[in-house]
Amino acid sequence: MTRAGLLRTGIIAAALGALEAACRLGAIDRFSLSPPSEMATSALRILTSGEYTRDILVTFATVAGAALLSVVAGFALGVLLYRLPRLKRAADPFLASYYAVPSFIFYPLFIVLFGLNRWPLVAVAFVFAFVAMAIASVDGFLSVRPILLRTAASLRLTRMETLRLVILPAAAPYLFTGVKLTIVYAFIGVVAGEFILSGSGLGYRIAFAYQSFETATMYGLMLILICAVVTVNMLLWSHEKRLHARLTR
Amino acid sequence: MTPAAKPLKTGRIAGPLDTVVLVGASAALWALAARWVGPQVLTGPVDTIGYLGGLFADPEFRASVWETTRAFSLALAIAWASGLAIGMMLGAHRLTGEVAEPILTALYSIPKITLYPVILLFFGLGMPARVAFGAIHGIVPVALFTMAAVRGVRPVYFRTARSLRLGPLATARHIILPACLPGIVSGLRVGFSLTLLGTLIGEMFASQRGLGHMVIRAMETNDVRLLIALALFLVTVATGAGALLLAVDRRVARLGAGRG
Repeated sequence: MTRAGLLRTGIIAAALGALEAACRLGAIDRFSLSPPSEMATSALRILTSGEYTRDILVTFATVAGAALLSVVAGFALGVLLYRLPRLKRAADPFLASYYAVPSFIFYPLFIVLFGLNRWPLVAVAFVFAFVAMAIASVDGFLSVRPILLRTAASLRLTRMETLRLVILPAAAPYLFTGVKLTIVYAFIGVVAGEFILSGSGLGYRIAFAYQSFETATMYGLMLILICAVVTVNMLLWSHEKRLHARLTR
Repeated sequence: MTPAAKPLKTGRIAGPLDTVVLVGASAALWALAARWVGPQVLTGPVDTIGYLGGLFADPEFRASVWETTRAFSLALAIAWASGLAIGMMLGAHRLTGEVAEPILTALYSIPKITLYPVILLFFGLGMPARVAFGAIHGIVPVALFTMAAVRGVRPVYFRTARSLRLGPLATARHIILPACLPGIVSGLRVGFSLTLLGTLIGEMFASQRGLGHMVIRAMETNDVRLLIALALFLVTVATGAGALLLAVDRRVARLGAGRG
């Protein structure tokens, strides 16, 4: 492990230790925050008992579906904005402020449209996530160095060939960043929707545990969710770093 | 997230006109969709604008706007100030940055909405919880952008500063700040959006006041007209502010490009 990695592990361990001590010594009210060790045992119990396995799987499946749709649609929108610079210019202020509007406010609308099942959650996560992919794609396409495009032109590549052989590989790091953001945002969208109104899923279970004062269960579920998201994100992030390093070489 | 958008070939007048056309087209689509699904599901643009106009006379709406503005300003001040401070520190010191970057990235990816019970337990219902919710959404992106900007300053600038015998303060003021201003402004812009999002979410779940609370109540009572009017209001305000910040961002980026 590198020096930075060792230091990082040390800092995280120290923070967890301090939190544990603060909870055990009563500096933090037990009811507000469980000590990390109890959160971990609670999370393990939840995972082994199988009581919440269905909810966990349902949440992950919904996130996967929404992320997949968002990546495809966002990429298509990115291509469209790249091919039509005027449209991009007109849409820029909207893209720039897109994430200031909580898309969850359209969730009730989706429930009326799709019924109370998993589809409104897919829709709300899609609305939240696909724009990140579109922005990343168009940024990536615009970052392709003009000399590469001139080379493609002088080799008489067709538009599709230019896209496939030149633009896509050159923009790959950006596209990957887009995919990473899309997955993160799909998680946020699905979990937020489950918090607001839903009959199953991790977000629903956390809100339910909170409302019925089951602090241990709530923190156990939270830990599972956060660990899952952070693990997925860290895997993607380390790969992304490698891709971007290739860019600057 | 690229440093500078490429200059496009559209003229000065065509830009705003295109935006107007785009807004018109979106409104037309909205009207069609409303016609298709019916007013119980989605109210049309004309109705909504009329209803929103009426809302401005409603003291409860005005009080909510004021509450949200207060909470958001406070959260934004906290997010910008601490994000900048953290980002500068991490950017200036290589090892600290390397240690902290993955931690920040991980924090950025957590669905912070799951943390609302924790925030509620610590801050209780009310202003501090809303501000905290807004600030935790905004701090990390501002810090990440600032860190990247400070790190991206070309080493030759530092060498120039040294050869000109500038002190650390003068270096920060005349070299580092101007050199990484474009990145910082982009970070502040993203931080603005996410802080607004965070404040509204905080109000939705952890408050009895503000626009977010009005939204959640409209959801619960299935008041579609109010919900869509609030959505229109939020989209308009957020887009207006976003466009303004984007213009500042572009100007700064151009200044930076001209200098570099």
